[in-house]
Order: sequence, then C-alpha cells, then structure tokens
Amino acid sequence: MSKIHVTTKVNGDTVEFLADPRETLLDCLRDRLGLTGSKEGCGTGDCGACSVTLDGTLVCSCLVLGAEVQGREIGTIEGMGGDDTLHPLQRKFIEHAALQCGFCTPGFLVAGKALLEKNPNPTEEEVRYWLAGNLCRCTGYDKIVRAVMDAAAEMRGEAA
Amino acid sequence: MAKDEFKEFKLVGTRPDRPDGLDKVTGRARYGADISAPGMLWGAVVRSPHAHARIVKIDASKALAMDGVKAVVTRADFPTGLTGDAWNLQENTMAGERALYDGHAVAAVAAISKTLAEDAARLVEVEYEILPHVTDVDEAMAEGAPVIREGAADATVPEGMHPNVVKYMEFGRGDIEAGFAEADLVKEHTFKTEAAHQGYIEPHACLGQLGEDGKGEMWVCTQGQWYIRKMCADVLGLDGAQLRVTPSEIGGGFGGKTTIFMEPLPLALSKKTGGRPVKIVMSRSEVLRATGPTASASMDVKIGMKKDGTITAGRAEFRMQGGAFPGAPVDMALYCAFAGYNVPNLEHVGYDVLANRPKCAAYRAPGSPMAAFAVESLVDELCRELGLDPLEVRMKNAVKSGDQASYGPKFGSIGLVETLEATVAHPNLQAELGPNQGRGVAVGYWFNHSGETSVSMAISEDGTAQVSVGTPDIGGSRASIALMTAETLGIPYEDVRVNVVETGALGVNEPTHGSRATFASGKAAVEAARQAIGEMCRRAAKEWGIEPEAVEWVDGAAQPAGPNAGEFPPMTIAEIAGKMGSTGGPISGHHESVPEGVGASFGAHVVDVEVDPETGRTTILRYLVVQDAGRAIHPAYVEGQYQGGAAQGIGWALNEEYIYDDQGRLQNPVFLDYRVPVASDLPMIDTVIVEVPNPGHPYGVRGVGETGITPPLPAIANAIQDAVGVRVRQLPISPPRLLAALKAKG
Repeated sequence: MSKIHVTTKVNGDTVEFLADPRETLLDCLRDRLGLTGSKEGCGTGDCGACSVTLDGTLVCSCLVLGAEVQGREIGTIEGMGGDDTLHPLQRKFIEHAALQCGFCTPGFLVAGKALLEKNPNPTEEEVRYWLAGNLCRCTGYDKIVRAVMDAAAEMRGEAA
Repeated sequence: MAKDEFKEFKLVGTRPDRPDGLDKVTGRARYGADISAPGMLWGAVVRSPHAHARIVKIDASKALAMDGVKAVVTRADFPTGLTGDAWNLQENTMAGERALYDGHAVAAVAAISKTLAEDAARLVEVEYEILPHVTDVDEAMAEGAPVIREGAADATVPEGMHPNVVKYMEFGRGDIEAGFAEADLVKEHTFKTEAAHQGYIEPHACLGQLGEDGKGEMWVCTQGQWYIRKMCADVLGLDGAQLRVTPSEIGGGFGGKTTIFMEPLPLALSKKTGGRPVKIVMSRSEVLRATGPTASASMDVKIGMKKDGTITAGRAEFRMQGGAFPGAPVDMALYCAFAGYNVPNLEHVGYDVLANRPKCAAYRAPGSPMAAFAVESLVDELCRELGLDPLEVRMKNAVKSGDQASYGPKFGSIGLVETLEATVAHPNLQAELGPNQGRGVAVGYWFNHSGETSVSMAISEDGTAQVSVGTPDIGGSRASIALMTAETLGIPYEDVRVNVVETGALGVNEPTHGSRATFASGKAAVEAARQAIGEMCRRAAKEWGIEPEAVEWVDGAAQPAGPNAGEFPPMTIAEIAGKMGSTGGPISGHHESVPEGVGASFGAHVVDVEVDPETGRTTILRYLVVQDAGRAIHPAYVEGQYQGGAAQGIGWALNEEYIYDDQGRLQNPVFLDYRVPVASDLPMIDTVIVEVPNPGHPYGVRGVGETGITPPLPAIANAIQDAVGVRVRQLPISPPRLLAALKAKG
C-alpha cells in the first residue's frame, strides 16, 4: 500500500513522515519520528497512555490516523517542559511519588496539563473525572490526584 | 505503634525524589516497545480462535509469498523432547498438536513492517478440528469433562480423580471434628472468585536477536531477566550463558512478567531470518487472551466459633484452575487461608485443575486474595450472627510472634496485633454511615520472599557509589536501595546510582517478585557496601600504619578508633577513592546469597461503601489500609504499594472478571469491557504504615508489595452486607450480580 506524505508540527517543530494509511498517529510518533514517550497500552482509546494534544485538544493518539495530521499542531510529553525546566506537573509527580512503573505517566501528564489549561482550579472530583480516561494500575490514583491538585495550586500562585 | 528498637537513621525513612523520576516524567524512560535495532523486523502472532481444537494443518505459503515477509515459525521449528515445566512453557509459547485455549499461539510471522507482519499473520491458514472444551473449574473436574491433557497429573493425585486434576494436597492439625463440636456456631459456605488479570498498562514487548551460532540478545520488559533467559533457552534449546538479556524499564508486572509468553518467538524468527533482530509487541487483547491472569477459584470453607469469638476449627477445600497447564496457586492459597488465626484444629484440601484457559501467572500475593475472600467473608458472617465486633474477633484469635502458623512453620517476628491496634485507633472507624452505607473489615497475609540474589557495588574515583542490581525497578526500588546503600556508606543519597543490569553483569537473580527487591537486593547491597567499607578501612589503616581493626567507619569516613582515636584526622570516602589506583586498585563490594530472615506481613483494611439499590452499583466512600512494613525505607513508595494493592483488590471485588461465551471464547479482551478501576471510581486511599522491624534485615524491611491486594475482596463483600443485608459469595460483586441478589432478597 503506498504511503502518504505528511507535514505537521510536533512540539513546535515542523516534521515530515510517510504514513501507511492504516497507521495511527501514535504509530507515526513512535515508529516514524522516534518520539516514544507516548505509549500504547490498549490501542482502543481506553487507557490514555497515548494522550497528546491535537491543535490544543486532548486526544488519544491511537484513535487518530497519522495521515490525518497534515498541517496540524501536535503536543506530546517530549514537549511538555522547557529546555531546562520541568512543567510544574512533572515536578509535582516526582515530589508526590505519583508514579510507580511510570508507563502511564506521560499520558497522565499530558491530560493533566490539558485540564489545568481549561480549569486552573479544579476540585478533587473534577480531577478524578477528567483523568478517568487514563488508566494507572500501580498507584490507586491517590498520589496522582494530589500531585495534580498541588501543581494547580502552585500554578495559581498559592502556597502548597 | 512502632516497636522501634532501631537507632535513628539519617536517610532511611525519608522521601527523596526517585532516581529515575526525571526520565519517567519526560517520556525518556525506555520501556519494552521503545527500542528498535538496525535491520529490525516486526513480528506478529497467529492465535487460535478456538478454546480447544486439533491443529490439522498450517499453510503459510500465502503469507510467505508476500513481498517483505521474511519468515514464519510454527511448533515444527522448536526442539522436541522437552519435559516438565520446559515442555509446558514451550507448549504455551506455541501450540503443538492442539490449541488449548482461545488465543493460544499457533504460528508467528516476521516482516519488514508492523502492518505487513499483521497482514501476513492473517494469511496464515490454519485448519482446526474443534474439540469439546471446559473453562469452569468445577465443571473441569466433573465426570465427563473433556480431558485437557492425559497424564498431566503428578504423583499427589489419588486414583479415580478426573485427569484434569493435576495436583492434590491436604494438610492440617488437631482434631477437626472435635473442634467443630466445641463451637457454639458452625457455618459452611461455598465461595467463588473469577480470574482477574494483572492489568499492567504496558503490554508485553520483546526485541530479540539470535544467530546461527546460538548467541543471542534480548531487550524485554520483564520482572526477571535471568528467569526469562533460562525459560527462553529451555524452550529453544539454547545455552543459557549465550543469551544476553537486558531488561527494559517495566510498565507494571504484578507477577505477570515473571514468566514467558511470546518472548521466545522473536528469537525463533530471528534465527530463521539470518539473525535479524525481531520485535514483537502484544496488543491489549493478546495480553488479556494469551498472558497469564490469575486462577479462578471455587472454595468451600467451614468455620466453628464460640460465643466469645474464639475460633475452634476451620476447614478449607479449594479448587482452582490456572488454565491448560499445572500451576494454579492453590498451595499458597491454602497456606494463607487461616494464617492470621491461632486455630488448634485445621484441615486444608486443594485441587489444581486444568481448563481451556490461558496459562495462569502469578498475580500479587498469588492465591491469598481468593483464600481471604472465602475465609474472611465467613468469619464476618459468624461475627454478625454471634453479635461480635469483627476487629475484636480478629484480635482475639490473632497469631503472634513465635506462634505455629496454620501451614506449619513458626512465625518469626510478626506485627498482626500491632496492625489491628492501629486499625482500631484510626478515625475512619468513627465516621458516620448513612442509609445504604456499610463498613467492612478484613485481614490479609503474605509470606514475602527472598530468593537468589547477586549485587555488586563499586566506589567511583570521586567517592560516589554505583550499585548493580538484578531486580527490575517497578515501584521505586532504585530509591529504596539507594537510600539503604547511602545510609550504610554514610554518603548523600544523591551520591548513589542504582543500575538494573543485564544478565551478563551478575550471577543469577530471581525476579522482582514476592515483595523481595527491597528486602533481598537491599540486604545484598548493604552487605556489598559493608565489604567496601572494610576495604576502605584497610586502605586508611595502611596509610596510617595501624591495624585495620583499629579503624572504624563513621559518617562516610575512616577514622582511627580505640587506642588510636584522634591520632589521625578522618579520611573521607572521597579521599580514599581518589587515590585507590595507587593504594591497591578498584574498591568494590559484592554479595550473593539467598538472603535469610524474610519477614512476613499482615494488613488490615477497613472500607465504607454505599450501594445504589436501584442499579446495584457499589461506591467506595472511604478506604483504609493498615499494614506492617517492618520498616518503610521510602514511606511514599510504601504508601503507593498499599494504595495500589487496595485499588487492584477493589477492581477484583467489584468489576474485573474473565467472561467466556459458550464456545470458550473470551468476551471482554479490551479495557473497555475488562473494567479496571479509574480515578473517578475511587476515593483517596488512607494508609497507616505499622513498623514492627524485621530482625532479619539490616534496616528492618519485610516487603510491602503484595499483602495489600488480599483484604479488599472480603472487606468489600462484608461492607456490602453491612450496607444492604445481602451476602454475596461470588466475585465480582458487579452491579448486575448485586442487583439480582437485592431482588432475590426482596
């Protein structure tokens, strides 16, 4: 099957790749562009480990085709922090021990960032429902929710 | 509550950032599927759609005719003549004469792209003759059930039992009938639990390369690189030492990554393609259909209790199926069944049964959660009928240090009583409950484990230390091992780097299983550090011209002791290390053993639930985990283990199950239908870390990973009974099942 040439922006950089029409955006990020921070946990949009933003909207990259992203803007875990700084969520995840195996962590961070951009002052319940599309099997979510709440407080300028 | 006989520590018990944290929040950490190799091919597996079928013919000619398809392997490509566990592993890796369960591998393909490999796998034509199947444990041992494999039973099975019963066991003590006669109330019920999957979010992934010369390499997500090496070598007829296995970061295991499923296939395909590396990454449905969930269980339990709560006798008969191969954890389940109770009269009977399901694997405290569901539910029923407080009854019958365990040996130092005391004192027990709300308690047990352990430590030229361990870090063990090493050496935590190394770098290590990494690798790291300290003291002594015995190690420096005290200024680790090249060469420490002194652990959970009587849905309102850690090296990751275990137990209790149709096909092999708990299903999970130090470990560690999954199953069932007056003796207590029970009650 002939491949489709795609030009798109990932984390601010213009990139090109050739996509098999059946390949997902996740496959293209991982196998064409070498951005393996986004993970495949299910391939059916149930686990959120592949969360990225597409033109600012949070999506499961396993449910988007690579060929669909021509001319779009994609944000992945690799672009979350600055060159020499971490996003407050990344820092708080480490501080709160909000990861054990770490496999779901990139998806949670990307989803958490999307939440805080939309709602800088979420309640615990809002955090839990926003992140209900991200599965973590290790932590029981307790420390993840605390890390997100704490990052939100810090970003609002409140003392933790 | 802590019986703290240990001195205060500088680092042990603190909560520094984990050493691998930065890699894991930036997406840089490399997991199983994240590595590629030059010239790499992709593999895909052809799987049986039938629960039980004879493989009449496999025709791969159409697949092999495709451009870019490089190889197909079937069982014909594997060595023959294997026996015992090696045969079981080989048969599970690739079906021989028969496919034994839905999802059993029958062929594998390698091609130049992932999509091409998947296309080619679909073109492999397999002709099946469908055979009768059985998936339920009780049906599998009933007369007339299809025989999974003739002659699979071991010598323990008495004559006359169905051939699907492959192992039988019984043990006990006292006089069971006299014990029941002594009781004021005797109750007996049957309990059932469905198979649950470990549900690690990272699917199995393996990159393998194997040349004609029998030398190979693997990059694989595994809990134990040496186990994987031996199993792959056995299955493929290779020499173990010729296979070099590097563990990737691991995206969860919970026991399910201690063994092999498809891991030999990249090697077999590689060999057939002239040694090109081959990568196979499982899909989620492959993980659920063809990797090991835990066993399903059917359990009869009978318990006698006096009016004052004294348990006089207990009997447990457990039947478990662990798929089409021996290995259901019925032995562990029976050992754990009454482990928390001092009962004079006990009888245990167990059956390991074959069925047409995937080969089970270990899952967090294998067997113990099922046993707890049956026993702790029945103890709760007895307490209710006799009007007794369930925690007081547990306290009254609790085992203590030195008691004879229900399964034989004497307990060393244990902390069940301290755990129960901390539970009773927790404010969650005072919370008010409203309509349709209820509270349940239960106790759980795990032995914890040691195992073959080999650790090396080396001091760098600047006085920092590197530790090479063989136990993959799943939940923060790099942090705990770095803390203990730094504490022992008297240097900052940040000065220690813990590396999880490949099989070529150390002697055989058992996997990260049995809650052993912080106990066993930690203990070995401390021994290795002490060895290096001894050497550094000798170097200082030599320079000072005094006896090595006259040098002691204090706060990261050698200093003269005894009659020489104060004679020379302390020589720091950095000073000693800086000149090691001219004082005798590299300074390192090494320890290998099967560390002794494992400390068992008990936990008690208290859960408050609310049941929606119109839908049968159970909501967790409050959850408390109290568990004896021995000593929490890094308390945040100990809490994490407690919380994670509780969450998995909650899933098993309320939603998770393997659902088979009447053809024996798994109906829910995706996360949408295999419903693990999500963030909105759970409240915060409160934890209390009880510390009754284990005298068998230099810092008192018991191991914390497994006990926590055990109490949730019965605690939730007990809470549901408390809330709505219905006793459900079968898991999961999903909304349809609970609704039916509520309707039946009327």
